[in-house]
Amino acid sequence: MRDALLTLKGLSVEFAVSTGSVHAVRGVDLDVQRGEVVGIVGESGSGKSATMLALLGLLAPNAVVGGSARFDGSEIIGATGSHLRSLRGGKIGMIFQDPMTSLNPVLTIGHQIAEAIEVHQPTMRPKRVMARVQELLEMVSIPHASERMRSHPHELSGGMRQRVMIAMAVANEPELIIADEPTTALDVTIQAQILEVLADLRQRTNTAMVIITHDLGVVAGVADRVNVMYGGRVVERGNVDDLFYSGEHPYTNGLLACLPRLDRRGQSIEPIGGAPPVLDVLPTGCSFAPRCGAAQPECNASDPVLRRVGATEVACHFAPDAARVSRKVTV
Amino acid sequence: MTEPDNSSTPLLQVRDLVKSFPVGSSRRGGQVQAVAGVSFDLQRGETLSLVGESGCGKSTTARCVVRILDPSSGTVRFDGTDLGNLDAGGLRSMRSRFQMVFQDPQASLNPRMTVGDILNEPLEIHGVDRAEASERINELLSLVQLRPSDLDRYPHQFSGGQRQRIGIVRALVLRPEMIALDEPVSALDVSIQAEIIRLLEQLRDQFGLAYLFIAHDLSVVRHLSDHVAVMYLGKFVETGTNEQIYESTAHPYTQALLAAAPIPDPQVERSRTRIVLVGEPPSPINPPSGCRFRTRCWKAEARCAEEEPQLADPGIGHLVACHFPEVSNVILHRSTNYREAIT
Repeated sequence: MRDALLTLKGLSVEFAVSTGSVHAVRGVDLDVQRGEVVGIVGESGSGKSATMLALLGLLAPNAVVGGSARFDGSEIIGATGSHLRSLRGGKIGMIFQDPMTSLNPVLTIGHQIAEAIEVHQPTMRPKRVMARVQELLEMVSIPHASERMRSHPHELSGGMRQRVMIAMAVANEPELIIADEPTTALDVTIQAQILEVLADLRQRTNTAMVIITHDLGVVAGVADRVNVMYGGRVVERGNVDDLFYSGEHPYTNGLLACLPRLDRRGQSIEPIGGAPPVLDVLPTGCSFAPRCGAAQPECNASDPVLRRVGATEVACHFAPDAARVSRKVTV
Repeated sequence: MTEPDNSSTPLLQVRDLVKSFPVGSSRRGGQVQAVAGVSFDLQRGETLSLVGESGCGKSTTARCVVRILDPSSGTVRFDGTDLGNLDAGGLRSMRSRFQMVFQDPQASLNPRMTVGDILNEPLEIHGVDRAEASERINELLSLVQLRPSDLDRYPHQFSGGQRQRIGIVRALVLRPEMIALDEPVSALDVSIQAEIIRLLEQLRDQFGLAYLFIAHDLSVVRHLSDHVAVMYLGKFVETGTNEQIYESTAHPYTQALLAAAPIPDPQVERSRTRIVLVGEPPSPINPPSGCRFRTRCWKAEARCAEEEPQLADPGIGHLVACHFPEVSNVILHRSTNYREAIT
């Protein structure tokens, strides 16, 4: 295998809070190859966003980040502010869930995209910058781009604002785009448009992308490989088909079994039961054990590590049997 | 049945419901019709879902039905009684028969009241005596898997899923016949969402409840509904049974919605029909002439701008408001490609 574009090793994030500390991310290993789409799925608090914000150096000051993240051959955890600034918006483009809070409300969108270009390409002539801004807006299919450049964010719809965010993310031809719930705030027909814009861009530029989402349907449609996170860890990872059709972790299967499906009527949906872990109390064993139908005493004693079982890598002491047992329990 | 039918008395009968809101300065006196004339029936024990995207008027419709908002025109009859003719007292006593559950349980439960107070309040208002009240509350608490000791706690001490269960109990304590559910699972994580959906099904079966279910998630709607009405810019564009809407889809907008809803199955996702609509919904302040959907429709012709299509059955067994309806199963169809350039 060639060198990965991005490699996380044992990445951890702890937040110091008044009552002690919250372990949001607890040793995440993850890699992204050039040109591929990697999905990170999980529920609220699983650590999926914190993982990516950590490597971008965008976490609040009370966060303690550990482990390693190598991007394009160089370490970025603990890198200097100026190194990180050159990466962010440069080789790494970012798209967040809520474009209204990510865009500056008092500046025109043209100004903001131009700024993103000028920071990374200070020698570019102003005329050339503005031409590039228009080209970017056209690339993300914003109608009447030359007029729209003069609009402020509040004059645009949510879908249009997200297109502006995408235009900014790709302004400097990044090698990696990190998209954190890019379509969650949007209506479904607008979501389809945005996913299409992203797919078109990727086809044109072959940029790698990490897409963070809670929506397994979105992941099924866009990702090449998928990481399932739970309780601050990756509990299963594999190619998208392997994960959906031969996933081995009881949580992965639980997630799929609890989703109603558009193409099926009268199926029974099976709640996982219980609640996600509270991360200020570090569990000694597997963090999914309290909700797992296949849990054994050993599951509470030691935390399983990712290992290859069948088609995917799974962090479960009893894979592949656990998936079968838990399926039986929930039927 | 969502088809207007006057032969039997449905539990809920809505006719030509319109709700306008003033917009802009009073001098200019603009109006926006959030709901622009919808009619439907809801039978006892049945679930009717109103689906559509933000701003289509589905929540406003539900709020007019339970009279949180007063309709601008049209009638809402509950069990034969026109709610518009009731005085405040009459409406209050009628309200015990229909209740509402809101999307955000955090915002709809008073943070300064204990769960016990929250659940007792409707019972006090409706004059249910204390012994009876506490019996009802305890029975419902155990049904939704909360403990009697939870009555002394405050909403913030519960998880999102638990809070939604409290909201559901509050709606149930008066033993209503109908509940309007406004996006009851949208704010919840998927594993919790499944729990609430199962609970709603169980309660419906146990108490014979009718649900007016407001949702944008078409997979959840498929799972829960008997009938479905699809809304666009304040009007119904297609209504029918669950099977009719999902398997014999006739309106281009419904087809686009269904084609855009993701399915958690990679092979299905790779091979299914794509319909990517042009543009965004126009402003309801100034809706397009003729068919309101025509500005985004790939089938639109001159006629669509001149003549508004009426909600009618073009011989397919359900109602659709389109000049050029074509029945299609967009969820299952492979390879048809409606892909549109975004202009």
